[in-house]
Amino acid sequence: MARLHVMERSEAQVVMDDLHEAIGRRLAVSSLAPCPVEFTAAFVGMCATQSCGKCTPCRVGLNVLKDLMESVLDGTATEATIDLIEKTARTIYLSSDCAIGYEAGEMALEAVLGFRDDFEHHVHTGACGFEQSQLVPCVSGCPAGVDIPGYISLVEAGELTEAVRLIRKDNPLPLVCGYVCEHPCEMHCRRGMVDDPMNIRGLKRFAVDHMERDYRPHMAEPTGKRVAVVGGGPAGLSCAYYLAVMGHKVTIFEARKHLGGMLRYGIPSYRLPRERLDSEIQWILDCGIDVRLETPVSDLAALRDEFDATYLAIGAHSDRKLGLDGEDAEGVVSAVEMLRAIGDGDMPSFAGERVCVIGGGNVAMDVARSAVRCGAEKVTIVYRRRVADMTAQDEEIAGAAAEGCELLELHAPLAIEVKDGSVSGLRVQKQIIGGLSRGRFAPRAADEDEATIPCDRVIVAIGQAIDSKGFAEQGVPCSRDRIAAADDGSIEGFDGLFAGGDCQSGPATVIRAVNAGKVAAANIDGYLGFNHTIDKHNVDMPPVTFKGKVSCARCELTMREASERKGDWTLVERGLSAQEAHQEASRCLRCDHFGFGAFRGGRIMQW
Amino acid sequence: MVTLTIDGKVAEVEEGTTILDAARTVGIEIPTLCYLRDLNEIGSCRVCVVEVDGIDQLVASCNNRVLEGMVVRTNSPTVREARKMNTELLLSMHDSSCTSCVRSGNCTLQGLANDLGIYYNDYGERSVRYLQWDKDLPLIRDNRKCIMCHRCIQVCDKVQASGVWDVTNRASHASINVSAGARLSDVDCTLCGQCITHCPTGALRERDDTEKVFAALGDPDVTVVAQIAPSVRTAWAESLGSEGGDVPLERLVGALHQMGFDYVLNTDFTADLTIMEEGSELLHHLERSQKGGYPLFTSCCPGWVRFVKAHYPQLVDDVSTSKSPQQMFGAMVKSYYAENLGLDPHKVFSVSIMPCVAKKAECSYENMNDACGDPDVDVVLTVREVVRMIRADHVNVDVVSDEPFDEPMGYGTGAGIIFGATGGVMEAALRTAHYLVLGKAPEDDMFESVRGLKGWKEATFELGGTDVRVAVASGLANAKALCDAVVAGEVHYDFVEVMACPGGCVNGGGQPIHDGCELAGVRAEKLYGLDRVAKYRNSYENPQVKAAYENYLGEPLSERAEQLLHTDQHAWSMPGER
Repeated sequence: MARLHVMERSEAQVVMDDLHEAIGRRLAVSSLAPCPVEFTAAFVGMCATQSCGKCTPCRVGLNVLKDLMESVLDGTATEATIDLIEKTARTIYLSSDCAIGYEAGEMALEAVLGFRDDFEHHVHTGACGFEQSQLVPCVSGCPAGVDIPGYISLVEAGELTEAVRLIRKDNPLPLVCGYVCEHPCEMHCRRGMVDDPMNIRGLKRFAVDHMERDYRPHMAEPTGKRVAVVGGGPAGLSCAYYLAVMGHKVTIFEARKHLGGMLRYGIPSYRLPRERLDSEIQWILDCGIDVRLETPVSDLAALRDEFDATYLAIGAHSDRKLGLDGEDAEGVVSAVEMLRAIGDGDMPSFAGERVCVIGGGNVAMDVARSAVRCGAEKVTIVYRRRVADMTAQDEEIAGAAAEGCELLELHAPLAIEVKDGSVSGLRVQKQIIGGLSRGRFAPRAADEDEATIPCDRVIVAIGQAIDSKGFAEQGVPCSRDRIAAADDGSIEGFDGLFAGGDCQSGPATVIRAVNAGKVAAANIDGYLGFNHTIDKHNVDMPPVTFKGKVSCARCELTMREASERKGDWTLVERGLSAQEAHQEASRCLRCDHFGFGAFRGGRIMQW
Repeated sequence: MVTLTIDGKVAEVEEGTTILDAARTVGIEIPTLCYLRDLNEIGSCRVCVVEVDGIDQLVASCNNRVLEGMVVRTNSPTVREARKMNTELLLSMHDSSCTSCVRSGNCTLQGLANDLGIYYNDYGERSVRYLQWDKDLPLIRDNRKCIMCHRCIQVCDKVQASGVWDVTNRASHASINVSAGARLSDVDCTLCGQCITHCPTGALRERDDTEKVFAALGDPDVTVVAQIAPSVRTAWAESLGSEGGDVPLERLVGALHQMGFDYVLNTDFTADLTIMEEGSELLHHLERSQKGGYPLFTSCCPGWVRFVKAHYPQLVDDVSTSKSPQQMFGAMVKSYYAENLGLDPHKVFSVSIMPCVAKKAECSYENMNDACGDPDVDVVLTVREVVRMIRADHVNVDVVSDEPFDEPMGYGTGAGIIFGATGGVMEAALRTAHYLVLGKAPEDDMFESVRGLKGWKEATFELGGTDVRVAVASGLANAKALCDAVVAGEVHYDFVEVMACPGGCVNGGGQPIHDGCELAGVRAEKLYGLDRVAKYRNSYENPQVKAAYENYLGEPLSERAEQLLHTDQHAWSMPGER
């Protein structure tokens, strides 16, 4: 008899691992759909299967908890049952011996507290009251509600102009989004249950890059109404476009030299080429939109007198300060300042400089990668948490790293060291990561000495603020620095004044700004006494074909070699090839036809 | 064209054809359950699945189109197993107490299970908790018989624009119920009954009032008087006897007499009376509508009246105050008719035989008691209930003799008869208006352009120098579109007829059910055929109506007519009005 054996994975264990992986894939794409009570009951039931069976609260309690939740679902529970559920979950959390029990109890408790209204709705009406999104998952996940299966089917059929026309029903910036959208749609893509989610952004980019022909949108009869749009970023442009096609006369007031807002003054050209951005903006302006560049709006009352309605979409373009010693020194710049100069074509030269970038968001990556392109000798991204905690998208972090940026995690800036009025270094304190605090893992100072990173330049990229002071002084309600607009874009007490985008939501994504502009356009149209509808205008979708399950992984977009691309400002990302695009499009499961989409919510024909 | 092979047969069909329809072209019937053409093509029951070469999964044939060269098998072992299993799964959640189910013998699920040879269910019966339902409502739902086909939701949403039903839970607890779990009495259900006639099982049915009628028939102190609506004749015999739908209505009169009804009268009579009253109203209303006011809307369909009250309160003042023919009849039975026969109206039991579920609600509105203080109509029976009574009494309609209606409320003109089809009320009203304005009879069929199944029809007729603009809608989604256009000022009419059920009463929610068949067209043809050969084709010519005015009512819109034949549409309210 041998004393020890080499561990081998049994066949059963392989299947078990497959099942675990499948659960992960399924859960990743389903968060928009389930009933909160149903899902919590299933969660608790799944946790119960992990119990070893030794201890009471976990062995018995979890099953009891599941049964109590089942009684809520089958309509036999009362208000007292919900209290009992809460008590049971809390006690399982408090009295379990190991994480299997107490983690289950804690999550169940969070669910019953967070979903209390839903539990009660079930008890009182026998129906689920959760605002459920049973639409096509990707469409539900897209803030602008773009008809994703529709345009993917057109890409598959090789009708790219038609695909772009369909996208523009809900999003007038298909090109911009094809290049830089954060694609929340993909998070919900049901294809993820099979293998990988669809590469939706990649397909959109393919459509805009390879359109067979240009076209002009259908324009409604002129209404004679005039609308002022303050700010030419994605929200302002979207609002202006839809109002223009509805027949209203729009004038955009832009404080800077060029239109585009953060598309130009936030996103570097190696991600969104300037000539492409310009072409998309020009396409929108060609709908008969007037533009007044370098015209900041100071007198809101005068503007409202002149126009029938006004939309504020000024974005979030001010910088935030660190509040550290030495921040005023020569060589300290904010990310906003730096990207603004680049956006206007004033390329700074960092030749031979050592640059520290402070921050861990997308903007920090943008400035770090831009600094490389401005000739910096060394770029260090200094972040007080871990790389895993960075809010930047993974591909942006990877892109920065590949282009030679150092990622110095767990280092908190303490002060900027100054010599002869100029930056000489960044004093930092090593951090140690700790437990959750307000939803994120919080770092604290480690038991190590302070250190100094010698550098010639510090770029501060710790977030943007909204310059709403001028409007606040004219009585526009603001909460902190955000303009307090209702969810229809209107502003209480200001007839005909609307606001949206970053200046209302705080810094967010392009597609959320597009949505804000679209919502405002619809409601401004209504305010002006019209009910124009935006529809797909005779775009015909190819019929759906049942293909059955065919395994096929996702085609990813590739990048130009880092060593080559870091020396120029040309586009980094390569689009899908025609072969890849066709294969990728054919992977779409057509949730607008199969599953719940066949019953309800398939396609929103107009808005 | 697309060529494919189905069970070894070559089919050539147009592009876009579903596999289901392609199979039918070569004589192959694929069983379906949830499917209803154009209305519910959601592939939820998975009974119609077929095998397609080259595809691992089975394909729903109802909502997937054929492809060139496709090889389809509709009865392979895999298909058979899946079809049977999915039916068994539905049965495991279904209350299969068929012996005491109103749809027994006419249940799509029962038929399918029998066809598939399911005599034993591996999945047993899983208990489904009964959801309480107010049994006093005209519309009864038993969730334990629901198989989640979604048809009721679809017909209510798409055809009737009412949104009463919805999926109210998720996952294994998914169930269909009143939207958001509300009570039916708290939502704006028109009680049109289209959900019932589109339900494949006994999950939805009308409240059964047959026992009340049997009790009255058995009470020697009570005189039971029945009225029969115009459209009943088109369908009542469909499920009885060998002669199918072509049995004359006089046979039903004979059957009812045999069952103990003392008097069997004809709602066609009050259809004519309605025309006299509503036509007179129209001539007054024209002044307003010609000056840009809203049109006069008909009021004979209680489903429509419920709908307009719930959703278009601004139009209610322009809904005719004339009662529906049923309620006019009830009021006349317990006044004019009782007096004629020397009966105590309190001892008269008034039964109405209708193609309609909403009529059950209508007769119970508190103000529908104008004749003697008791309800003018005591019980409304749908056609289905009358058929059940006939079967319960073992009356063989093949041998019953045809008997005439009792007098003097037993006759209706051709105009009264066509009330049962969409456009019929309009045509009848126009015929009489023509006479009232010009003093001469209209030419035969001069108003026939308002006939037909189109959901929203319009026409203009010149009457004595005035262009009378009329519109006809059936199906409440069409009515909604029409009302929206009227309210928005996009269209201008003088007179609008609306019937809640698509095609009118011939397709009413109380008519016999033939799953998957829309019979409004053929049933309406029967009415127009009778009108064509009628001795009198215009309401004003009805000798019994003339007599009623001469001997009792005076003239249209007289004080007595107002009391008995008109109503206040504001006297009761829908949830949406509160």
